[in-house]
Amino acid sequence: MLKYLIKRVLWMIPMLIGISLISFFIMHLAPGDITSNEAAFNPKASEESRQKLREMYNLDKPVIVQYGLWLKRMVTLDFGKSFASHQKPVFWQTADNDGNVTKGLIQEALPITLMINLLGLAITLILAIPLGIIAARKYLGWQDRSITLFNFIGFSIPGFWLSLLLMYWLGVVNNWFPISGLHSLNYESLDSWGKLKDSLSHLFLPVVIPSITGLAGITLFVKNGMLDVLQQDYITTARAKGLNKHKVVYTHALRNALLPLITIIGLSIPGLIGGSVIAETIFAIPGMGKLFYDAVLMRDFPVVMGILTIGSALTLVGNLLADVAYAWADPRVRRGVARD
Amino acid sequence: MNRSVFIKALSNPLALAGFVIIVLVFLLSIFSPFIAPYDPNDINVKSILLEPSMQHWMGTDGLGRDVLSRMLHGGRISLLVGLVAVGISTAIGIVLGAIAGFYRGWIDTFIMRLVDVMLSIPSFFLILAVIAFLTPSIINIMIVIGLTSWMGVTRLVRAEFLSLNEREFVTASRTLGARDARLIFTHLLPNSLTPIIVSAVLGVAGAVLMESGLSFLGLGVQAPQASWGNILTDGKEYIQFAWWLSLFPGLAILITVLGYNLLGEGLRDALDPRSGNDN
Amino acid sequence: MWLLACGESPNSHQSAASIDNINYPIESGGALINAMTGEPSGLISMIAGESASSAISSNIFNSLLKYDKNLELEGDLVTNWQISADQKTIIFKLKPNLKWADNQPLTSADVLFTWQAVTDEKTASPYASDFQLVKKAETPDPLTFSVTYNQAYAPALDSWASLQILPKHLLQGKNLHTTAFVRNPVGSHYYKLDSWAHGENLKLSRNANSVLGQAKIDKLITRIIPDNSAQFLELMADNIDLMGLDPIKYSRIIPAHPELQQKLALYKELGNSYTYMGFNLKHKPFDDIRVRHAINYAIDKQEIIDGVYLGLGINIASPYKPGTRWSNPELTPYPYNPAKAKALLKQAGFVDTDGDGIVEQDGKPFAFEIVTNQNKEREKSAVLIQRRLKDVGIDVKIRAIEWASFISRFIKTGDFDVVVLGWGLGLDPDQYNIWHSSQQAPGQFNFIGYNNPTIDKLLEQGRLELNPDKRMKIYHEFARVLLEDSPIVYLSAGYGLTAINKRVKGIDDPAPPAGIGHNSHDWYIPTPLRRNEISAN
Repeated sequence: MLKYLIKRVLWMIPMLIGISLISFFIMHLAPGDITSNEAAFNPKASEESRQKLREMYNLDKPVIVQYGLWLKRMVTLDFGKSFASHQKPVFWQTADNDGNVTKGLIQEALPITLMINLLGLAITLILAIPLGIIAARKYLGWQDRSITLFNFIGFSIPGFWLSLLLMYWLGVVNNWFPISGLHSLNYESLDSWGKLKDSLSHLFLPVVIPSITGLAGITLFVKNGMLDVLQQDYITTARAKGLNKHKVVYTHALRNALLPLITIIGLSIPGLIGGSVIAETIFAIPGMGKLFYDAVLMRDFPVVMGILTIGSALTLVGNLLADVAYAWADPRVRRGVARD
Repeated sequence: MNRSVFIKALSNPLALAGFVIIVLVFLLSIFSPFIAPYDPNDINVKSILLEPSMQHWMGTDGLGRDVLSRMLHGGRISLLVGLVAVGISTAIGIVLGAIAGFYRGWIDTFIMRLVDVMLSIPSFFLILAVIAFLTPSIINIMIVIGLTSWMGVTRLVRAEFLSLNEREFVTASRTLGARDARLIFTHLLPNSLTPIIVSAVLGVAGAVLMESGLSFLGLGVQAPQASWGNILTDGKEYIQFAWWLSLFPGLAILITVLGYNLLGEGLRDALDPRSGNDN
Repeated sequence: MWLLACGESPNSHQSAASIDNINYPIESGGALINAMTGEPSGLISMIAGESASSAISSNIFNSLLKYDKNLELEGDLVTNWQISADQKTIIFKLKPNLKWADNQPLTSADVLFTWQAVTDEKTASPYASDFQLVKKAETPDPLTFSVTYNQAYAPALDSWASLQILPKHLLQGKNLHTTAFVRNPVGSHYYKLDSWAHGENLKLSRNANSVLGQAKIDKLITRIIPDNSAQFLELMADNIDLMGLDPIKYSRIIPAHPELQQKLALYKELGNSYTYMGFNLKHKPFDDIRVRHAINYAIDKQEIIDGVYLGLGINIASPYKPGTRWSNPELTPYPYNPAKAKALLKQAGFVDTDGDGIVEQDGKPFAFEIVTNQNKEREKSAVLIQRRLKDVGIDVKIRAIEWASFISRFIKTGDFDVVVLGWGLGLDPDQYNIWHSSQQAPGQFNFIGYNNPTIDKLLEQGRLELNPDKRMKIYHEFARVLLEDSPIVYLSAGYGLTAINKRVKGIDDPAPPAGIGHNSHDWYIPTPLRRNEISAN
């Protein structure tokens, strides 16, 4: 087991370097740099000043040299500073000599995205597990079919269209929920109960809509897992032994059916930290997706690289943890891994 | 085997509905040049934003073009994007998955780590970078969606191969000295074909949705060429008022994607030995 | 100046809604909520430069000069300015007792510091070039600032109207790129920054030390809402007070919905830019003036205005804002005349020999690609052009590309045939950087490769002439030659369209040449119409 773990962790180093290398070159393959933004297309702005900016950011050097410089900084875990937002730190806050603290871009965006996506995942699971169980127990019955149909309709609607329709219905026609943003303008003056209420009402649409569209996958997963387990020998045996049917389903079958969910959650980590550009744009949420998208459009290389590196590192760790958790939860796999 | 699975799937009402939807949309797209009442690019600045009427069943858009005609032609493009993109990703997935699953060893490890790497780079970034490099055109969008969605198929094919490898008829042919290529093409691949088809059917649904998402970001099929994604994106600004601009493409995407999903899921169910009477 | 405007009637808009008819007294207070799609990168505009940044920083900082409602220069921080007889020296006299928001005095030393900062190599300001022409800058006393140029430089005054003056006592010795001041500025204008919630909003409140007196509205709040559809929903739900509109919303949707009309007043002002189709003059056959004329005649500009702007745009024939001094009123656009276009093409050797509807020259069909960035108006214009050029036998393809790629792959390399793009309708007539033949290097702005000695000479003369009337004649002639030579086809100048919640009063309607925003400090929100939640804040 330990040997397996060490092997996996060691594998992550070449993979991270590989990912950063691929990302770095793809990014530089795309034409343009930070000086080719809209503001630079102003006849008052001279090419010399753009050249100076390129030199300031080492953009005049060959790509391989730039990569080397980046890698050198990465060794000390220095993610650098953003080109596009006056050298805000990419990852974590820094203080200048006067004690002014500037927060990092990822430091600000990641908690927002994580919160939204974890809430969304929780809602999805809360809905998907019972739906999956019902579908499995009434397999091929009308309940199964309606659940499948409902889930797939949710999955098939273009998300931004559904969002705008609901924003109009719930935010404009009926003034039930805020339309966009994370906080009301008077948020600071609310008491803590008011703050909580305000945040939750702002989060309602951005959390619920992706949960609906993501329901189909997890429900199917639970359903198939249940079906698999229900047919296995030990369940049949348990039933034959005359155990209560409900008890069989809920104690034996469910526990085993939910095991693979650990893997699914592990696999969904890139989505959890990556955020969705489209949802964040529509709901005006300053999360990771929007940050990344803007950085790519602005050719803000340190931010793009920072997000990709942190994102893929967390993904790899997440996958590893999921595998370990799975092994820990399932004795059969644990033995298999130990032999590996 | 394929055939019986297919027939079995269609006994499921949802899968049948999906199949009917797909066939209908397919026919409409193929014959769109004959069905479309107008030229989809025919601009008429005198008839801008007309509500649906007898002349224009789905109204007209901001340049006075007939929305129905654009929907029909756009459907063609959206489906073409979906089918070709899935064709590309499936082809890549089969090749890499087959190599990994058949030869195993270091090449398997390498391919699987590559899959991991690709999965941990957000596909939107790859798409954005490649499209920015290649500039958006229909062909490039198909290639890009294809190039960024082969990982699932690879895993699937590999898993199928790994399990088939252990089966008697494969080990038997192997001991009889069958060549690798022969083994792959006559035994392994045909036996993994059905799950591949299922994943391809589901993949088309994903690709059609992805095209609409790319259109939202301005990276999809470019004007003046119509696609469901860009018609919907153009219409989203006026969702409450010029409702016909977003309702029809929105529904078209919803119904089509639903159709592919239902059929794909029906096929998967039918494949499953648990279902039906032959359990 | 702000006192004068107070006497004007609040709103001349006509509607059945009752709040239009009540004459609310002018009073201070309230909050105006605004939205924008992008977040400013920082609030030092000499290095930020994007419109989101200047939209905010122009409420916080003053310049030496500014444009009045009729787009004539007047003093902002200065009471007056004098130009020496040799036209090389400008002497600015600052208003007395100016103060920064933190109570420190604002003097000529701050102006000098700002000039040093913008020209400093380390600042790498994109706007440095105008100021690098200053040979000598002096501050003989705290109220006097003088600059001397090597030779007379007419665009100088405009450049001093665009340079926002920064406080020396807070920025001396600091790196402008990294200083916390970028996100926490101290200025001298009507407002000061209270808070900036990253990605969410910026809150400004009145600056008690404002050098120009007090604005009426207490708080200016700008929310960041990237998606236009979401912004419009917020406007409808009364969560924001104003928003720029597209022509469809302005002329079709809002007028057709009484519930919106009741709430929103619509304003129309001449925009600050125009759309054009530019030829790559280094590529054949665009070097042939007959071909350029033919294409100009073949394009129906009125159709573009009707189709793209729903009539909310105007034809232009010179690169200046119509109605201003620099725009030559005698020039008229090329009329739509496909017969003439065909005749000109024939003269240039383009005939349809194989009967496929596309004209050929020496057996080669006339086909090209229009490249544009992803901008709805430009894409639509290109589609209309495509159709009209097909009528005269030219096969056009359209390609729309994301901005950064567009700039680096096509504009910088000169690897294009035809572009559809826009230029600003500058307030200063100098357009040396766009049209002078010396400005063709990669990254410079004469990327169409225009080379006309007459134009070069006029542009050089125009830069040396500070007398407005003589200068006007030069630029009228410049615009005439440019139109005649047709290196670009002027397509249209769209109106800027804005919807503002009717709770906001004191807005000039119709808009003066400078637009409705010129007196935004005099806008006011009567107490009964204010939002509760914000005033409680």
